[in-house]
Amino acid sequence: MTGTPLIAAPAVSPGLDDAARRFAAKRRRSLYVGALVFAGLAALPYAIRDVYLQNVLVLTLLYAALSQSWNILGGYCGQISLGHALYFGIGAYTTSILFVTYGVSPWLGLGLGAMLAALVALAIGWPCFRLGGHYFSIATIVIAEAGLLLVQNWDFVGGAMGVQWPFNPDSWATLQFARDKIPYAHLALGLFVATWLVTFGVAESRWGYGWRAVKDDPAAAQSLGVEVFRSKMAAAAISAFFTAVGGGLYASYVSYIDPESVMSFRFSLLFALPAVLGGVGTLWGALVGAAILIPITEISRSYLGGTGSGIDLIFYGGLVMVVAIARPEGVLSLFKRTRAARNEEG
Amino acid sequence: MTMQALVQVLASGLLTGLIYGLVAVGLSLIFGLMDVVNFAHGEFLMLAMYATFGLVFVSGLDPIVLMPLVAALMFVLGGTIYFGVVRFAMRAKANQGMVQIFATFGLAILLQGVAQYLFTPDYRSLQGSWLGGKTLDLGGVYLPWPQVFGALVSLAAFGGLFLLMTRTDFGRALEATREDQGAVALVGIDRNRIFALGWGLGAALVGLAGAVLTVFYYIHPGVGGAFALIAYVTVALGGFGSVFGALAAGLIVGLVEAATAVVLPPSMKSVGVYALYLLVVLVRPQGLFGRL
Repeated sequence: MTGTPLIAAPAVSPGLDDAARRFAAKRRRSLYVGALVFAGLAALPYAIRDVYLQNVLVLTLLYAALSQSWNILGGYCGQISLGHALYFGIGAYTTSILFVTYGVSPWLGLGLGAMLAALVALAIGWPCFRLGGHYFSIATIVIAEAGLLLVQNWDFVGGAMGVQWPFNPDSWATLQFARDKIPYAHLALGLFVATWLVTFGVAESRWGYGWRAVKDDPAAAQSLGVEVFRSKMAAAAISAFFTAVGGGLYASYVSYIDPESVMSFRFSLLFALPAVLGGVGTLWGALVGAAILIPITEISRSYLGGTGSGIDLIFYGGLVMVVAIARPEGVLSLFKRTRAARNEEG
Repeated sequence: MTMQALVQVLASGLLTGLIYGLVAVGLSLIFGLMDVVNFAHGEFLMLAMYATFGLVFVSGLDPIVLMPLVAALMFVLGGTIYFGVVRFAMRAKANQGMVQIFATFGLAILLQGVAQYLFTPDYRSLQGSWLGGKTLDLGGVYLPWPQVFGALVSLAAFGGLFLLMTRTDFGRALEATREDQGAVALVGIDRNRIFALGWGLGAALVGLAGAVLTVFYYIHPGVGGAFALIAYVTVALGGFGSVFGALAAGLIVGLVEAATAVVLPPSMKSVGVYALYLLVVLVRPQGLFGRL
């Protein structure tokens, strides 16, 4: 027995070696594609001169980042949170209160808000991750609503009145730009790149595989040694962290927040929708979904919703419903299918 | 607090609670039948309120007289939505849970848009119902008649539902489908038909609640949201799928809300309900009367 390993190391077959090389090449290609797309997006605000369209671009990039954050918990780990407005609100309020009341730099506020949100996510996850499926989703709705109610009645953070950022000269130090939207486009893009890189890094790691295993079948994952509870907690903390950074950036962008304008249920839905529309649990789904959804929402609101006729809602709700039913895997799956079909033909 | 004030709080809590139970029971029924959470449930309530409003406007009749007609219309709507939307959402091969959530959410937004298109976003209220503004004096405890009437309708509806589920073939088919969807097909029950009837019945029940609410609640396209949240809490508290859990949980929610309003400012009356919900769900994830 001595000297013989208990389990013989498998002979690495040339086929396996080849597969590993192809996988590494595919990962490298993804990074090149990412770098190209991000460079293009960084240049885009300079090409758009119209302030209204620049606003649409800022919101699109911000929602792409927020949805990518949601995607980590909802798409990869399969825990459908409909209460992310809570983390968004924590980020927006922490950054705003620290800056407006105490003069703390918004950069620091973003970090502190994000850490606070991650801690809150862990505190919520600890009891709630025992709930499955719809039960979990409904618990997240109720907790976010309770948070909204508390903030509305908490005078220290401005109650229902909200917080107004002071008017300052444009500066990267205070993250305030009164007229220029380009810096905000870059900030939102920066956040998206950060969430994209985290997703990219984690997706093919032990954690990422653990998350997907938990999503597909928690019981089976557990029996295979995946630490289901810790996987969910990690996904929740990362997801809440970046959602709160987005909340802080949003507060600096609109420079006035009140409970309804950052914590209402509408936001929780808006964070989930782009990823669902583009393709949940994919690297590019959130960006593709946001690029479709946000311009349509903004433009239909300006052209159809101005009169309050409700046509914009009919259009928007109908779109969500039809996409959910017709393309459960999201818009991106359209391209995959054509490629698969092409391979079959070729 | 005097004895009389205490009884007053208890009584109004119970009345509100019965109405909450009626609002929630359709949601629970549909979930129990086919494991689908209808995220457009609040919008069903909103539509029923507008239907009552429109019918009163056209016919000049009292909303109470129109109640059965509203329930019938909602029954048709519920069945139609099953055949037109939900049936397709249930066919999804990938991301089943997510498809159901977002298909019914999309439907909710669409229905809000339809209401806004037809009736404008203005707040409306119905004036001149027989019951409007009248109160019942029970030895110093004052109860508004519209709420008393709503509570009676709720009790009658639960009674009727009990008879329907225990004494009729439809009720037995419903129960059988809940137990085993595959097996009922073998004995010749059309699953789609039962599901559609379930959606019709769920919508009709929330339709009754909507018709009752028009007498003492304002109507606007977003009115469903506030009630929907209470309905989810009620159903989760009582146990998803449990019809009589919805009644019991409705009563508890009504009482806790009334009690919270005594202690905290009225704007925070829901805090007690949310806290109770979280407590129950953490101790007993399946709710008070639910099965996991």
